[in-house]
Amino acid sequence: MSSDTNNPQRPSMAAASAPADSWAIELEKINKRFGAVHANKDIDLKVRRGTIHGIVGENGAGKSTLMSILYGFYTADSGTIRVNGEVAHITDSRHALALGIGMVHQHFMLVDNFSVLENVVLGAEDSGFIKPSLDRARRELDQLEREYELEVDPDAIIEDISVGQQQRVEILKALYRGAETLILDEPTGVLTPKEADDLFRVLETLRAQGKTVILITHKLREIMAITDYVSVMRQGEMVDTLKTSETNPEQLAELMVGRRVLLRVEKGPANPGKTLLEVQNLTVADDMGVVRVKDVSFSVRAGEIVGIAGVSGNGQSELLEAITGMRDQKSGKVLLNGNEMHLRGDDGAARARAGGLAHVPEDRQRMGLVTQFAEWENSILGYHNSPEYGGALLDIAAVKKQAAERIATFDVRPANINLKSSLFSGGNQQKIVLAREMERNPDVLVVGQPTRGVDIGAIEFIHNQIIKMRDAGKAILLVSVELDEIRSLADRILVMFDGTIVGEADPATATEGELGLMMAGIANKEAAE
Amino acid sequence: MSALRPLPRWADVVLLPLLNLLLAFVVSGLVVLMIGQNPLVAMQAIVVGAFGNGFNIGYTLYYATNFVFTGLAVAVAAHAGLFNIGGNGQAYIAGLGVATVALALDQTHWLIVAPLAFLAAAFMGGLWAFIPGWLQAKRGSHVVITTIMFNFIASAIMVYMLNRVFKPANIMGPESRTFAEGGRLPKLGEFFGPFQHTPVNLSIFVALVALVAVYVLIWHTKFGYALRTLGFNPTASRYAGISNSKTIMITMTLSGALAGMVALNEVMGVQNRLVLDFVADAGFVGIAVALMGRNHPIGIGLAALLFGALYQGGNELQYVVPGLTREMVVIIQALVILFTGAMEGLFRPGLQRTLMLLSPEQKAEAVARGTVKSES
Repeated sequence: MSSDTNNPQRPSMAAASAPADSWAIELEKINKRFGAVHANKDIDLKVRRGTIHGIVGENGAGKSTLMSILYGFYTADSGTIRVNGEVAHITDSRHALALGIGMVHQHFMLVDNFSVLENVVLGAEDSGFIKPSLDRARRELDQLEREYELEVDPDAIIEDISVGQQQRVEILKALYRGAETLILDEPTGVLTPKEADDLFRVLETLRAQGKTVILITHKLREIMAITDYVSVMRQGEMVDTLKTSETNPEQLAELMVGRRVLLRVEKGPANPGKTLLEVQNLTVADDMGVVRVKDVSFSVRAGEIVGIAGVSGNGQSELLEAITGMRDQKSGKVLLNGNEMHLRGDDGAARARAGGLAHVPEDRQRMGLVTQFAEWENSILGYHNSPEYGGALLDIAAVKKQAAERIATFDVRPANINLKSSLFSGGNQQKIVLAREMERNPDVLVVGQPTRGVDIGAIEFIHNQIIKMRDAGKAILLVSVELDEIRSLADRILVMFDGTIVGEADPATATEGELGLMMAGIANKEAAE
Repeated sequence: MSALRPLPRWADVVLLPLLNLLLAFVVSGLVVLMIGQNPLVAMQAIVVGAFGNGFNIGYTLYYATNFVFTGLAVAVAAHAGLFNIGGNGQAYIAGLGVATVALALDQTHWLIVAPLAFLAAAFMGGLWAFIPGWLQAKRGSHVVITTIMFNFIASAIMVYMLNRVFKPANIMGPESRTFAEGGRLPKLGEFFGPFQHTPVNLSIFVALVALVAVYVLIWHTKFGYALRTLGFNPTASRYAGISNSKTIMITMTLSGALAGMVALNEVMGVQNRLVLDFVADAGFVGIAVALMGRNHPIGIGLAALLFGALYQGGNELQYVVPGLTREMVVIIQALVILFTGAMEGLFRPGLQRTLMLLSPEQKAEAVARGTVKSES
């Protein structure tokens, strides 16, 4: 992670005293209403040319709407957009590009089985014949890559290159089309820490070459590390624009949420008891038959949180799925409370639950919820066969009564058990899942990515609930790709790389650098210690 | 960027099917015009032919009975995310069960034969759907492919069985002997004068009970909960510890059993013997019925009635309007199936846009929702 120390050459001081004509983008009194929802209220935003400008805000704060207006997806109800001092009425994204505004979306818009070069040219061909365009593009691409240190093999096929490289292709696409201002929407969400660092270096090069970058993110650390200015949005309003060097994460979080937020989790020391979850020599293959978890053994005791850190895709998902009975293991044992669990077969998850294991899955929309169901229907998913919900006939009144109680306990909003689950926000969906899994008082709680796509306010609540479970003497296994989350919640950290556990670390003493090396598979436990 | 807002329930359930039906009638009217007849006269002939008197209504209800069974069969499978298009074969094979029971016991009383024939129809129909279900659950063979193949297998088996097993020595055609009185399901005409000489029989009550039973099954039982979870999201159902393979097999069996009830109506209620092709493609009409009825028993009941009316009214049409041959009637019926079944989504985007324009508040809400989602 690049830190404040290695970019003293920041031009922010120079920019602060620059003349008024140095604004790349000026938004004035932008309003956008979607009926009752006032998504953007009188937004003013000025972005200096040649700076990296961060925009932070919780989900639904209006960041994406604002950028969509700038990129021509929506037109504002009122307000003025000036690009390089000239008033612009941006009608579509083609128009935005013509004005030198490019966008790199959170989900890449690339054709997987095309080469890098073909993707860059796509939509910007010179004529009906592709060859001259490709030749010209190859020359320009070569120049762009050298200029901005964005090395990508132009003939590589998209699906063969890493996510970080795919993102470079997106940036190259925008530059190839002449973008002077680049909007990046949550660019690091899919990147490993190393790839994120590489991206930041690219952004710094872009800045050095005079390009302007607008960075939308919810990660305050990135804002602090890379931006020159930061604008905070809350509930459709622009709360403040600050110079990054003059603020701190606590202040930004408070501005985003509108109240003081604890970024550090407050917890007492762990008080581990007997082993509740034990995994012995577990080997798991993925759907394609590739072995993703190789002979993994570990245990989790009562009253402790064991965190599994690792870059996404190193077998954590398969490990979680095997332990919770969602995926057949190839070999090995899972013991709950000393009893071996037989989890093979497609109803393994039911046996895991019967053994006292609750599971908050990594992907709540794909696994943890049936998004088409009403909230009350989801409140029993996985426990629907329990006798308290009736015999063969579902006791709907009982289910609804319990759902209403839980929705109150976990402060799910809106507090409407009949609402379709897809209509709840990410944080509230996660609360629905947590309420279901925690309220049955399981011995072991397995949690994957508990705060992915969840607002800061809800993160605090979720973390506190997990600590509360620990303090009640439960064994908790936490898997997260957010290293910060693992470090602040876990009592012990296991680092997973390429399907094996490469080391164990104490969150109190291990530095981010040590963990990062282990996650990259470079150092083993001994080297790190 | 913004998706179209889903239709409000009333529009989805009432307005859309009516629009589709209207379009089908308009196009049918054009066809009638093309052959030089008055479409309004034809329309009147269909309505009168279907509902004009007790006799006509009796026939309409008889057809509707079949369509309720096959429509429910499609709907039950659809709620589990399975597309059972093998209703024809399942109903056909179920005929073996009904005929066997009726032939063996027709010297007793229909009150003894009916429950056994009911079970036999459910068993044989269920079996014929269980095999594709098993293949899907255990081997990943798609039920769409296997169920349609099983229709052909069923046809071949029935030809063989009728010719080699069920055909008495002294009969020329491929059919079983006619059941004695004890093997026949009483017709409603025996109790209710206006229905005299019509095929509608007691199995219509089985259809009504089935409508209620399917509603209870899908929305009020734990199995229905598992079935819908599977249908919406197979990953979530695995997460929930629901055995997807078992649920698939049970659902397909239930679906086949429902389709098998057609045999109760046709073989025991109407034909009183096993004949070739007694199903008359009711299985395929069931797909249109389920689509039009939105896989809900109330909708299926109404859609089955509509298709029953079309069948009966269409049959009458050829006698009333000269020049409208039997084939023309089939074209009209096919158009209705085409527009209400296969192309039921034709008006959906337009209707969504229209409704959104009529109500800007809702439009904005939908767009806002899309924005919030893309931001997370």
